[in-house]
Amino acid sequence: MLTLTINGQEHRIDAAPDMPLLWVIRDLVGLKGTKFGCGIAQCGSCTVLLDGVAQRSCALPVSAAMGRAVTTIEGLDDKLGQAVKTAWEAVAVPQCGYCQSGQIMTAAGLLTMNPNPSDKEIADMMSGNICRCCTYHRINKAVRLAADKLA
Amino acid sequence: MNTPLSKVSRRQFLLAGLSGGIGLTLGMSVPAFAKMGEAGPGLAGTDKANTALAPNAFVRIGNDDRVTVVAKHLEMGQGTYTGMATLIAEELDARWSQVEVIAAPADAGRYNNLLWGPAQGTGGSTAIANAYEQMRQAGAAARAMLVQAAAQVWQAGVSEISVRDGVVKHDASGRQARFGELADAAAQLPVPETVELKSPEQFRLIGKDVTRKDLTSKIDGSAVFTQDIERPNMLVAVVAHPPRFGAKLAGFNDSEAKKRHGVRAVVQIPSGVAVLADHYWAAQQGRNALSIEWDETEAMNIGSDEIFASYQDLLGKAGLAARNDGDADGALTEAEEVIQADYRFPFLAHAAMEPMNCVIERQADGSVELWYGAQIQTADQAAVAKVLGIEPPRVRINTLFAGGSFGRRANPAADYVVEAAQILKAIEGVAPVKLVWSREDDMRSGWYRPAYMHRIEAVLDEQGMPKAWRNRIVGQSIITGTPFESALIKDGVDITSVEGASNLPYAIPDLKVELHTTRLPVPVQWWRAVGSTHTAFATEAFIDELARTAKKDPVEYRRALLGEHPRHLDVLDLAVEHSDWGKPLARNRGRGVAVHESFNSFVAMVAEVTVGDDGRYSVDRVDVAVDCGIAVNPDIVRSQMEGGLGFGLCAVLESEITLENGAVVQGNFDGYTVLRSNQMPDVHVHIVPSTEAPTGVGEPATPVIAPAVASALSSVTGKRYDKLPIRRA
Repeated sequence: MLTLTINGQEHRIDAAPDMPLLWVIRDLVGLKGTKFGCGIAQCGSCTVLLDGVAQRSCALPVSAAMGRAVTTIEGLDDKLGQAVKTAWEAVAVPQCGYCQSGQIMTAAGLLTMNPNPSDKEIADMMSGNICRCCTYHRINKAVRLAADKLA
Repeated sequence: MNTPLSKVSRRQFLLAGLSGGIGLTLGMSVPAFAKMGEAGPGLAGTDKANTALAPNAFVRIGNDDRVTVVAKHLEMGQGTYTGMATLIAEELDARWSQVEVIAAPADAGRYNNLLWGPAQGTGGSTAIANAYEQMRQAGAAARAMLVQAAAQVWQAGVSEISVRDGVVKHDASGRQARFGELADAAAQLPVPETVELKSPEQFRLIGKDVTRKDLTSKIDGSAVFTQDIERPNMLVAVVAHPPRFGAKLAGFNDSEAKKRHGVRAVVQIPSGVAVLADHYWAAQQGRNALSIEWDETEAMNIGSDEIFASYQDLLGKAGLAARNDGDADGALTEAEEVIQADYRFPFLAHAAMEPMNCVIERQADGSVELWYGAQIQTADQAAVAKVLGIEPPRVRINTLFAGGSFGRRANPAADYVVEAAQILKAIEGVAPVKLVWSREDDMRSGWYRPAYMHRIEAVLDEQGMPKAWRNRIVGQSIITGTPFESALIKDGVDITSVEGASNLPYAIPDLKVELHTTRLPVPVQWWRAVGSTHTAFATEAFIDELARTAKKDPVEYRRALLGEHPRHLDVLDLAVEHSDWGKPLARNRGRGVAVHESFNSFVAMVAEVTVGDDGRYSVDRVDVAVDCGIAVNPDIVRSQMEGGLGFGLCAVLESEITLENGAVVQGNFDGYTVLRSNQMPDVHVHIVPSTEAPTGVGEPATPVIAPAVASALSSVTGKRYDKLPIRRA
C-alpha cells in the first residue's frame, strides 16, 4: 500500500510503484478532472502540481509523488488558483474543454514560480500544453489577466 | 457542369445519404420542424420537478423555474449547446441564468438534423444553420403556452401579457409570475400550431455575447467526458491493432498478458486483440505483454513517397470534369505562355485532445446503452445494432461532451464505436466496457484527411488577368463506400474532393476543374473544412501567384475578379480595412491575403509574417473577416475563427502524417507536431453585420489561413510555396 496526499487528503492506494500518477489519480482515487492526452508528457492535459510545481502526471511514477503534496484541478482553490480560474471565465477560454484542466494547472504553476511574467514568458511557458481547439490566443490572455489581478 | 456545394446540394447529400445506404428503418415521413417533435419519453438527466411543461422535444420547464434545453447536437467545443439554448431562450424570453442544457437521446425521429434528412448528427457546420428556426419555434411555443396560462389564471387578454427575463407580467393589474408557477397550468393547454417569431430588432440574446453554458464545468474540472465515465464492474479495454494497413491477425499468445495484475480477459475481435482490465494502466500493461503474429501478406506495401509519385503522374493526365466553362483545354493548348504550379498536401490526423473512446453496457432487457461523444447518432446506432443483432432503437446513446472531434467522431463506419460493440459481444455482455484508445492508437488507426495533389495551369490576358484556368485534383474519395455515396458522388466526382475549387468565385471565362479519384487501403475521412482544406490553398496560392506575375496588388487583383460575388468582396474589404495593408514593413516581414467560401460562410484573412535568416518564420498577426449571416453569439464566432485558423495553422507549420511500407510513421505529438501557444498569432476577428440566416462557423476559418500565410511569405521571399506543411520560408 502506498500513501499519497492529494488536495490535502491522504489516500491509501494499492498500486505498483511504477504506475503513472495520472492513472492512480483517475482510476484508483477517482478524481476525473486530470486528463489523459498522450501518455508521454507531450501534451500537458495531465498536469498537476507537485509541491506547487507543475508536473506531467502521465509519465511520473506514483512513487515519485509519495511524501509530496499533489494538487489537481479539483483542489486548486487557493487565491492564485481562484484568480486563474476567474481569468479563464472572464476571457471565456474553453472550447471542447478537455485540455483546460492541464492548461489551468500549468498557468498556476507558472504564476507561482514567476508572479510577473512577460507576455513572451507566458506564451513560452504555456507552450508545453497542447490545445487542439487552439484556444491559445485566449489562454495567453487569461494568464496575463490573472497575473495582473494578482500583482 | 458547375457543381458548387450550395445549400441545396448539402440538403440533397444528406437526405439520400443516411436514409438510403445504411438501411435504417426510419420512414421518410419524419416530421420536419413544423411540429417540432412530440415531447416524447423521459430523458436521462431530467427529473420530475424539471418537466412540468414539455411542449415539444426541445424545451422542458420545471416547477422549480428551471428551463431545460434538450440539445440535438454534439457539443465538441464549437459552442452549440450555448447556441441552441440562446435560440430557445430568445423566443421564450427566459432569463439566461435559468436555462440549462442536456443532450438529446439518440432519436432521429425527433432530433434529426434538418439539413440531413432523417438522421441525427452534427457536422458540416450545420448546427445553428439547421436549427435556427426550429429552436426559436420551440421556444416561442412554450412562451405562447405560458402566456395563455397566465391570461386564463388572471382572466386577462393574451395581448395584455408580457414576458421578460423569465417573468410573465400583466401590467394593468401588476400581477406577475415565474415560469415555474405557470408551468402546470400551461401544460394543460394545447400546443399552438403556429407561433410568431421575433424580428431581429427585438432580439435580446441573439447577437449578444451570452456566457457559454459549458464554461464553468470546463474550468473547474467537473465537465464529464467519455474518459470519465465509470459503471459498476466496468472493464477498461485497449486493443492491439495491425501494424500496417491491410494486415490481419494470424494468431496470438495471451498467457503473459493474463498474468498481469488487473487483467481480466483477452479476446479476439475483427479489428485486433482486446485486453480488458480493471483500469487503463493494467490493460495497457496487458497489451504490451501480448505476443501477436500478424499476417502481412496482403498489407499495404507503399508509403507517402510512392503515393505522391503516382499522383504526380496522374497530374499529367485528364481526369473527370467537375466543372467545365468555355474551353480551358483549347485555351491552354493554344497559349504561348502557360503558368503552372503543382501543389501537394499530406495525410492529416484529427488528433482530438481526447483520444477516441466509448463506453458500452448491456442492460438486463437485452438493450445496450452507450456513453460517449456521439456525432452521428443515427449511423452509430445502426452500426452497433448490426453488430449486436438488435433493433436500432434498442441502442440507447448518452451523448457526452466530446474532447474535440474536427470531423473524426463523425465516422461513417462508426469505427471505434463498432469496436466497443465487438468487445462487448466477445465477452457476451458480462460487464460494461470502456474502450480507450491510446494516443498512438488514435493516430495510427487511419481515417485521415486524404493526401492530395493539385495542378493548376492558367493563361493571362494582355492586362495580366486570367482568361483560362485548369485545376486538376488527385486524391482518395472520402465519400466512396459510405452511406453518402449516392448523394455526394455525381457522375463519378466526389463533390467533397473538389468543393472550393469547382465553385471558384473568380470570373475566368475558360475554367475547368478535373478530378482523379485514387484508391488506397488507407481509411480517409473529412477533416475540419473537408475539401476546402486543400482546394482553398491551391486556388488562393495560385491566384496570388498570378497577381505577382501580373505585378498587381493581390487584393486589387482579387477584387477585379470578384464582381459577381459581393459577400466575398465584403469580407475581403473588411479584413483589408482592419489590417495595415499597403503600409510598408521591414524587409523580412510581409503581409498576405486569402478569401474563401465554405459551408455557406465567407472568410477573408490578412496575415503578417516575419521570416528569419534561417528561413524559420512566425505568423504574427491575422485579421479575420467573416460573414456567417446573423452571428447568434459573436464571441463564439470569434472563438471559432481564432481556433479554426489555429487548427489550419497546424497544417501550415508542422503537421503531417507520413506512411512507410503501409505503416504510419507518427504515433504521438512528438512526431505529429501541432501548433503551440508561442506560435499562435495575435488574432483580430471582424464580423460582417448581417440579417441573413446564420451559416456555419466551426469550419470556415480553417482553410483560409494557409494561403494567407503563403501569400505573406511569398511577398517577402518571392518564392512559390507549393507543399504543406511549409517548414521553412
